[in-house]
Formats: sequence, structure tokens, C-alpha cells
Amino acid sequence: MEKMLIVSSSPHAKAKHTTRSIMLDVIIALIPVLLVSIYFYGLRALLLTIVSVISCVGFEWLWGKCFKRPITIKDLSAVVTGILLAYNVPASAPIYVVVIGAFVAIIFAKQVFGGIGQNFINPALAARAFLLAGYSTAMRTFNVPTPGQLFPSVDVVTSATPLELMQNGMTQELPSLMDSLVGNIGGCIGEASAIALLVGAIYLLVKKVITWHIPVCYIGTVFVLTFLFNGFNLYESFYSLFLGGLILGAFFMATDYTTTPMTIKGQIIFAVGAGLLTTLIRLFGGYPEGVSYSILIMNLVVPLIDKYIKIHRFGEGEKA
Amino acid sequence: MKRLTFKKGIHLNYHKEATADKKIELMLPNKELVFPMSQHIGAPCVPIVKKGDYVYVGQKIGQADGFMSVPIHSSVSGIVKTIETRMTFKGVRDNCVVIENDGLYEEEPQMKEHIKQVDENLTKEALIECIKEAGIVGMGGATFPMHVKLSTPPDKKVSYILVNGAECEPYLTSDHRVMLEYGEEVIKGLSILLHVFKEAQAIIGIEDNKMDAFEHMTQLAKGTPIKVQLLHTKYPQGSEKHLIYSLTQQEVPSGKLPIDVGCLVHNVDSVVAVYRAVTKGQPVTRRIVTVAGGAVKKPCNLEVKIGTSFREVLEYAEVDLEKVIKLIAGGPMMGVAISDIDIPIMKGTSAILCLTEEEVSKEKPSSCIRCGKCIDVCPMKLMPNALQKSAINGHYDAFLNKHGMECIECGCCAYTCPAKREIVQSIRTAKSVIRNKK
Repeated sequence: MEKMLIVSSSPHAKAKHTTRSIMLDVIIALIPVLLVSIYFYGLRALLLTIVSVISCVGFEWLWGKCFKRPITIKDLSAVVTGILLAYNVPASAPIYVVVIGAFVAIIFAKQVFGGIGQNFINPALAARAFLLAGYSTAMRTFNVPTPGQLFPSVDVVTSATPLELMQNGMTQELPSLMDSLVGNIGGCIGEASAIALLVGAIYLLVKKVITWHIPVCYIGTVFVLTFLFNGFNLYESFYSLFLGGLILGAFFMATDYTTTPMTIKGQIIFAVGAGLLTTLIRLFGGYPEGVSYSILIMNLVVPLIDKYIKIHRFGEGEKA
Repeated sequence: MKRLTFKKGIHLNYHKEATADKKIELMLPNKELVFPMSQHIGAPCVPIVKKGDYVYVGQKIGQADGFMSVPIHSSVSGIVKTIETRMTFKGVRDNCVVIENDGLYEEEPQMKEHIKQVDENLTKEALIECIKEAGIVGMGGATFPMHVKLSTPPDKKVSYILVNGAECEPYLTSDHRVMLEYGEEVIKGLSILLHVFKEAQAIIGIEDNKMDAFEHMTQLAKGTPIKVQLLHTKYPQGSEKHLIYSLTQQEVPSGKLPIDVGCLVHNVDSVVAVYRAVTKGQPVTRRIVTVAGGAVKKPCNLEVKIGTSFREVLEYAEVDLEKVIKLIAGGPMMGVAISDIDIPIMKGTSAILCLTEEEVSKEKPSSCIRCGKCIDVCPMKLMPNALQKSAINGHYDAFLNKHGMECIECGCCAYTCPAKREIVQSIRTAKSVIRNKK
């Protein structure tokens, strides 16, 4: 034979999906809520998202160049981080805040630990926590939604978020369930519409990018605990699931592969823990919103979970 | 019928359409045939012919050396040209008997002497000796000597004889065709085994992507104690441990053998070989080979004389050698990529796959993203990514603690990895390093 044949160890067949295709699916799943966000908060939502994505990808590229590491921007993970970061800030936030957030997310939370697969906390959430501490006014000012206006006037009234109303017991002022579902409430870009988020989540479930375990256990725990600790109010417990970042967090951030346990058992522990912390912060904490902190805290527990949760091997015998 | 299965594993693109309906064709070899003295797991054979000898079809040319070894027989008649070291499978050099084919296929006159009557006088020992002398090994590809499996210690009861018709590797259709065309011989061969293992229940397991074979075998098994069972089409259904689980709902305990749960597992073609050895005195001299893949103009199932060179088989199937970038002996999941086509077909060569540019994944491995997909698919329920980490770093104690030696090397992890990491490959290397240290 004149030509050289490729010789490698089996298997010779490989599945079609790649890290890049999975990230692309996540990006696709995140688009519906962006569209809704533009409708309610104006084109500024789009602008912030684009700035965030470009900054994240840019910092990742810069890191690779500076430290002569392989450039990993093609795997699209920085794009996902960029989108999620933008979704975690209000549409009214100044642009520089987003750029600083991108720097924290990519450099401090991800690359210093070795880049994709090595970071132990969710980069977008780490950046959000940093911004909440450093730019708390910008991060906690939410404009009243202006449906249909692409360029809403600058002096729109800021509003308290439904979760703030709830924590202060002002339940009569809460927007209707329908408004919360559709997204006609004040909040971060990605928190706009529970329905749009769920559409994306269903896409991820169908494409098998994520499994139901984490979102269902997370949201379920929040529901049950809110019901138990908040006066057995079934409607309000149900209603609170669609507020704040719970849907975004449960489906898109608590399911981040790198920062969550690898086994199903571990994932359930992770999700229940996050649900417990979220409810505690929401009902008894100083902040009205607990999703990001609860996921971040649970991220830190992941190495322990992965160390101690064992799978029952084939042929191991009866469970002791 | 209920389809039985095991937990985890993967679903593949099977690509079996090209050859599933192709009848087995007899392919006669050219002048020169090469018989490596090591065609099975275990000690290599010792040649018992010398240069210039005339040999018949079915004549023993290599004597088994020890218990874990089976003899090798000539598949043609002709003159022994030479006995020398040649390149065989996996880039290994091996002692080979080279025979010049005279094209007459004269059968060995004493072949009939090996025939055994299947009656009450046939003892287990006599049958095992007959099977050993016929050179029968696991024809699924593992080439484990069959007589070793059958030599069960007296304290171990054989409750099941399982016949593996799963054929879970993509492209392969040789077992499928054997069941369709030699189904009767499968049933008869199995009946011979049942004759000495009287208490055993015989089950033939067939995946549900071969419904024609399942229906055919069910028909043939009517009136016999043999059960034909449908299995879910899933990889690695044909793995010994997983076939046992699917068919009998028992897990082979780690570090133990199938016989410890009362099972013996044989490939369909091995059972055909038993029938031929016992009733006709024929040793193993032929092999059913599927030739498939994108570069094959005439995909086919061939009955090939053992010792025929790959080159002749590829020419017969009109393979476009220009388009081939990877040649695999066996299936795409566990087969071995070969670098040289001037090597002989051996007892375990179930297929030759000629893959083109489009069929071969050449993506480079990237960082593990901890997605856990390898854990979701591992049929041994191990943690492949963690094992790979230990393997790459040379942490063999950690590798052993995570039960790395139990990996069956099915390749589900590396198949499913989105980062294209060579997981099973690292584990395989670590396993052999550890084995060689012992």
C-alpha cells in the first residue's frame, strides 16, 4: 500500500456532539428571552448583551495570547458566559459595569484556574456577585418595563422588584401572575420572561444538553420550602417560582457542567442544597434574591460531593 | 416478545443495511496462505509440519502448547513453502506457517475419525477434547479457547448456556448471516452442548434490529428446549457480562467469571463450529467476514479460508484503496486499526471495515468539561473521566481504587465524550501497565 493509513486505538467511531455544539445549543436556548427582554426593556438589553459577549471572548483571547496558551474561544464557552453575565445585570446598568463583570468572569473566575473545565465557580455568577458588591446601585436599579419601546426615555421610574415587595410583605402591590410569566416586570435582562426561559429550557432538555434532575429538584425544593415557611400559601409559593432568577438559575446556571457534580445522585444533592439556600435567603436573608449566591455556595461544595458520592458499580454485589 | 436489556450503554448508527441482506459468498484464495501460530488468547502453537511437506485441508499444522492453547489447521491443500516470522495483526511479528495452495482442496483422509456419535456414551471430557482438537475459539472476536470455558470445575453448576447473537458492533453482519443461513447448525451445535450440560437452559439472545434472524431462529428452535430471546438494540449488548445480565438478570461479580453465576457464553459461529467438529470432524478453517465501509464498492459477507491475505479480500470486495484512510479489523467500537494489508485473516477477524475521510472522526481532544456523559453511559458504572485523569497522571493506586481494572474497554466513554477525549485509550494503557508490573 502506497498511502499511509491512520492507525489509532479503538473506538474509531465518535458521537457527533462536541463541546462547541453543546455551547451552541445553550446559546440558541438563551435567545428567546433576549427577544422578550428587548421588547420590554428596549434595545439597551441587546446592546449590553453584545458588549458582554465581545468582552468575554476578548478577555479569553487576550489571556491565551498573553500567556501563550491555546486559544479556546472557538469552543463558544466564553460566548455563553458573556450572555449569562449580561442576563444577570439590569438593562439600565452602565456599559463599563458589564465590561468589568466580563473581566472578573473570564480572568478571575475561569482562566486563572486553568480555563474551561477547571473553574470551580460559575464565572457569570462570580461576576454578578462581584458587581453586586461593587456597583450595588447600578445592579439594583430596575426600570419599569416599557413594552414595545425600543428606546425608552431615560427617566423611567425605577420600581421595586416583585421579590422585594414580597419580602416586605407588600403582596397587594405584586404584578399579576400573567405579567410575571410573560416578563412585564422589572428585573435583570435574563429574568424578564419565565415563559421564554422555559422555551429555551425545553430545547435543552430535548437536545439532551441538560437533564431534568437539577432544575426539577431545585425548583421543587424552593416551592416546597416556600410553601412551608411562608404561611402555607399555595398561590404565592407557586407565583414566587417565576420571579427573580430562579428559572434562569435552575435551568441555565445550576446545570453548568463544570461547576456541578458529575453523577445524578450528586446533582440531586446539589440542587436540593441550592433550593434550600435560595429559600432561606429569600425569606430570611438581607437580600430579596438568593439564586446566585445559593448556586455559588453550592459550587464550592461540588468537589466534596464528587468525592463522596459513589456509583454502585456493575458486579459490586448487593448494596451494603 | 419482551425485549430484554442492561443499564446504561449507548445507541449508535449501525450502518448494517449495506450487508445485512447479502448472502455469504465463498471466496477462494490465491496461491499463498499464511497461518500465524498465535490466533487465540493463550500460548502460541508449535508448528508440526516442515518446509516441503504436503498438507491437506483440515490437517493440523500447529500443535497446541499447553491448556490455554488450541491447534491450528490448514484451510487449503498444498505444499508448506516456509515457516518464518511475518507481520500479523496489531503490528505484531509472529511465527507463521506459509502454505502454497494447490487449488485442489483435498480433504484430510483421517478427518472422519474425529467424528463423535452424540449419544449417551459421549462424555463431557470427550466432547471438550474434540472441541479443543478442532481449534475452536470464541468467534466473536475475543478468540478465547472454547474448551477452556467448557472445562468447568465440578463444584460449579452450569445453569445457562447463552448464545451471543447480539452483534452489537456497527457494520458487522457476519453473525446475522450465520443465524439466517446456518441457523440449523446453530441449533444442532447447541443441542450437542446441552447433551453434556443436561441441567442447563440454553438461550439464544438476538438484538431487535435483526428481526428476520430472530423469527428464523424461533422457528428452528420449536420443539427443542432452546429459548430464543429478543434483546434491545444497544451497545455493548454483546459484551459477555451484559448479555448475561440481559438474559438472566444476574451481574457477574467483579473479579469473577461467568461460570460463577452459572453461565457459559458462546458466539453463534462458535456453536456452528462445534456442530461441524462433532458431526463432520471438521476443524476451524474458515471465517465469516463482513467487508463494509464507505470505500467498499461491493459490500459483502464472505466465507474466507483462514490464512487468506487482507489484500485478496479487499480486491474481491472491490475496495477503492485510494479512498480508504482507515482500515479496521473488527467493528468500529472495539476493532483494531491496521497499517498493513499483507496480513492474514485469522480466527477472530469478524470484519474488515474500509473507512473513508467522512467516516473517521479526526477531532483533537480538548479539556474535560466535566459534563459527566461518560459516567452516564459506562455500562460497568465506573467513572471514566476520573479513571483517565489517574491514568494520564500515572496515579495507578488511585486508578485501582476506582476499579479501573474492571473496565471492559467497550469505548462508550470515548464515543460519547463531547471534548473528544481518548478516555478508554488512556484506561487501556494504564491497565496494561499495571498488568505488566505484576
